[in-house]
Parts: sequence; structure tokens; C-alpha cells
Amino acid sequence: MSELAHSTWVIARRGIAHMRRQPEALADATIQPIMFVVLFAFVFGGAIKVPGGGSYREFLMGGIFAQTLTFGAFGTALALASDRTNGAVDRFRSLPMPRGALLSGHAVASLLRATLPIALMSIAGLIVGWRIHSNLGEALAGYALMFAFSFAVIWLGVLLAATVGTPEAVQGIAFIFIFPLTFVASTFVPTSTLPAALQTFAEWNPVSAIAGALRKLFDNPGAHARPDAPWPLHHPVEYSLIWIVAIVVLCAPVAVRMYQRSISS
Amino acid sequence: MATGPAIEASGLVKRYGETVALAGVDLDVPRGAVLALLGPNGAGKTTTVRILTTLTVPTEGTARVAGFDVTREPVEVRRRIGLAAQDATVDELLTGRENLVMIAELHHLPRKRARTRADELLQRFDLSDAGDRLAREYSGGMRRRLDLAATLVNEPEILFLDEPTTGLDPRARNDLWGVLEHLVEGGVTVLLTTQYLEEAERLADDIAVVDHGRVIARGDARSLKREVGGDQLHVIAVEAEDLERIAELVGRCAEAQPSVDRSARSVTAPTGGGPGAIAALAGELASAGIAVEDLGLRQPTLDDVFLTLTGAPTAEADDEVEVAA
Repeated sequence: MSELAHSTWVIARRGIAHMRRQPEALADATIQPIMFVVLFAFVFGGAIKVPGGGSYREFLMGGIFAQTLTFGAFGTALALASDRTNGAVDRFRSLPMPRGALLSGHAVASLLRATLPIALMSIAGLIVGWRIHSNLGEALAGYALMFAFSFAVIWLGVLLAATVGTPEAVQGIAFIFIFPLTFVASTFVPTSTLPAALQTFAEWNPVSAIAGALRKLFDNPGAHARPDAPWPLHHPVEYSLIWIVAIVVLCAPVAVRMYQRSISS
Repeated sequence: MATGPAIEASGLVKRYGETVALAGVDLDVPRGAVLALLGPNGAGKTTTVRILTTLTVPTEGTARVAGFDVTREPVEVRRRIGLAAQDATVDELLTGRENLVMIAELHHLPRKRARTRADELLQRFDLSDAGDRLAREYSGGMRRRLDLAATLVNEPEILFLDEPTTGLDPRARNDLWGVLEHLVEGGVTVLLTTQYLEEAERLADDIAVVDHGRVIARGDARSLKREVGGDQLHVIAVEAEDLERIAELVGRCAEAQPSVDRSARSVTAPTGGGPGAIAALAGELASAGIAVEDLGLRQPTLDDVFLTLTGAPTAEADDEVEVAA
């Protein structure tokens, strides 16, 4: 076990060095969320009404957090895919390190990477007028939820890397899956404004659940669901936890197995 | 250190769906020997290396490396081998030193020991000055040396080098050959793959020629060349219409029927006569009044070896002919 922990940490340190030396690859975790904050707060925000009233900029932050953390899957998938294309995976596999240390190292690095957008967005949010109105316990729970979701999303990244292979293909998939997933949701607009079919999708979308849960835990506008809304909108924290647990318990083992198989041919 | 051969493989077969990458490879490499797998792209060299280094599992057959079974005891094998893969897999975003420290740590060396080991290797491979630069700034030759250094971190018993000089300019290739020769003198067992007979000859005392997933010949460079017929008399004509007469004259000085390549305006034939054969041919050409562009003795190339062993040029040479036609 200590051998696994040691090798994991060696790989994780490498991942962190990569991020530090290739800041352009961190754009989705740094520049992009800040641009979204500015874009929605100042450009679109004036035209969007928050149901139940309140500041749109405060409503926005839960959504931006959820979107950016979902994008984290790509950081993981890209790192894994480029390791495979440039032969690093073969080098590691020819070393006597425990099976699984490569993945767990990437996972630790990805989790540490997630602290960056969380911190940057919190600061950007505070600058545009976002505040946490709840108590300390709920605020901490909000941040804990963000890390838990980041952890779950890592395994979606592993699954993606196992399925597609090259970094270019990973980039391509981003537009097909992640954009609908993060935009057809309560991230930037209240779901009540969407057409019926999209509204149902948005209401059950896990990205909406995270956004809603964060609004609730930080006591931001938009946290209160209309009486006839479906269950996830009334219980966003519970619904988020169901997704997180489901991804980790069901998807992670499959992702790990698929990844191991994809690299051993 | 265990006794017995460094590498023994029998009946290795690897299929990817319908494609047969290896069609039954047997190999045995005694400890301290240097074996070159010589063959064109796609012959199965890399697949053989991947199986022997535990990166992929054979469809059929067994292999033992350093006395351990590659499929059942992969970790024991990995402790004792070093692998330099085809395209120097150094980590571009780490410095040379960080690359080596990381590999050393993954070999379970304590951090301090890992650092001294990295320093030793940087010095040995003439990379001390570049040790703190990112590997992406390295030249091709430096990357190869760093890659090689990384494979030596654990002082392996057996070294696998997959096309170690592919993509290097002639000078870097020569430098690397020097480094490899030095290594070999140290007594480590080496299995290397190459597309160049010259490289195999310089580095290895034993050559296995691989084609279509099989070993089709085995021996030292001299015996392989003997199969081809030793040195080749090689003449390039000035005028294409002279080719027939040149071929006739070459035939007199050579030991077998000359072959004529019209597109290259060349005539080639094996000879055992050495420089004397050139002198004789030069005399014949002069008295016949035929001017030639070039006249010389040429060592057999991989293509010649292949032509003789398989009766067909290498797959790549085939492509070239098609393109030219």
C-alpha cells in the first residue's frame, strides 16, 4: 500500500509540474471561468430575471462553479491521452510500479488542479458582488461538495480517455457533450424559461443539481424551487450526492478497467 | 544474479484481430550477449520487444526474461530490464534531472539516492550542463541520451533498445553508437532493433533477421553477408545505352549474374575479389572505351540481405518501386 501511495505521489507531482509549465493548458480552469463570470455578469446578466428575485450575479456563481468543475473531466482526459500518444504510458508500464499508480497519480493531480478554478472563481465572484449568505458549516459543505464533484468528474475523464485515445479526439468530444450538458441546465438561466423537453432535461441534469446545491448551501438567489417542480429541484444537495456516489461507485471501476485494457494492447 | 539465458522465447505469436504481427518467434540470448533484430518496418521487431518487456501479452507462446515469465511475473521482469522505446519517451515538461529522479523514485530509490543516481547518469551521458533545462529544449541526440540514461537508472541486467538511432543525424548517430558500445563493454545484455545492417554489424555480435513476424536468418554480420555473396561491385553508367555492355564486363569480373537497375542506371554484382576486382573492371571499361559515373565496392545493404533471403525486396523498397513506376 505504501508502495502505491509513493508511486501515486511521484506521478501526481509530475502532473503538477506539467500544469505549472504549460499554463495555456490550464485555460479551461483559469481564464475561461473568469471570462464567463464577466460575460454573464455584465453582458447577458442584465436581460435575465432570477425567479423569486435577487441579484443575477449571485445566482450566476453556482452555475459557473458547476460548469467549470464539469470541464475538469477534460483536463484529466487530455493528460491521460497525451501520455498515451507520446509513449509515457509505455515507459511507466515498463517500470516496477504498482498497477494503478499511473491513474491514481493523475487523479490526485486532477483533484489538486481543481483547487485553482475554485479559488479563482471565488475571488472573481466576490469582486462582481457574489456573497455567501449562509453559515460557516453550510459554506464549508458547499466547498466540500465542489471537491466531491471534482473527484467524481475525474472518472468521467478516465472513461473518455479510455474510449477515444488521442488528445485531439478528446477536444472534439468537448463540444459534443460538455456544452449541451453545461448549458441546457440551470447554470446561467432559470430552467423555467426553457421549452418543455429541454426543461425536463435541465431539471434532471446533474450539472443543474450541483448549481442548485451550491446556491442552496451558499444561500444565493434561485435556490428556492417552485412548488410543482420535480424532486431534484427541491433536493439539489441530495440529488447531487446521488450522482456523485453513482459515478464513483458505478462508473469509476468500469473506467479503470477500460483504461487498463486500452493501454495494454 | 541468476544463471541461464537472459532471454528465451518460444513460439511467440501476436495477433491483432485478423492481423498477424508475430507468426512464431523463437529467441535465445545468452547473458552478456548483444542481439540485433534486423528488419523493415512492420516486420514484428517492436511487437517482440513489447512482449519481452511485458507491455503486451502474446497471443501464443512463452517468454522468460532474466529467468522470469513475462506474463506471470511481469513485475520481477520490470525490476531487471531497461526499455528505450522507439521515439525517445522523455518527459518534455520536466528537466533532464527531474526525468531521471522521477524514474529512480518509481524504481523505489529513496529521494536522496535518486538524486545522486540522476547526477551520476547526467554526468555519464554528458548532460550535466543541460540537466536543469526542460527536455523539450533538447536536441534529438540529447533526448536519446537522456532516454538511455533513464533506462539505466535501475542498473538493468537486460537492456531493450527499439531503433535507438532512428531519426538522428549522422553525427548524433555516431555519438550514440559510441555510448552504446561503451555500455556493451560493461557486460549488460542488450537486445536492440534496427533497420540498418550497418548498425547491427557495429553493435551486435549476433543478428536475427525478422520478416513478416518470423526470424528468417540468424548469425553474425559476416555470415549474413556471405549469404548475400559478400561485397558488391557497383557501377553507375553515364549513358543508359551502355548498361548492357557494362553488365557484360561486370559479369566477367564478378561471381554471379549482375543485376541491372535501369532507373538508377546501375549494375550490381557480388564479388569476392575485393579491390582487385575494381582494378580489373576499370581496365576492362577503359579498353572498351566506356565512361562511367561511378565505380566501386559496396557493402551489402539490408535490401540485399532481404533480396537473398526472401527473394523479394523489403516491403518499403517495394513501395518505392511502385512510386517510381
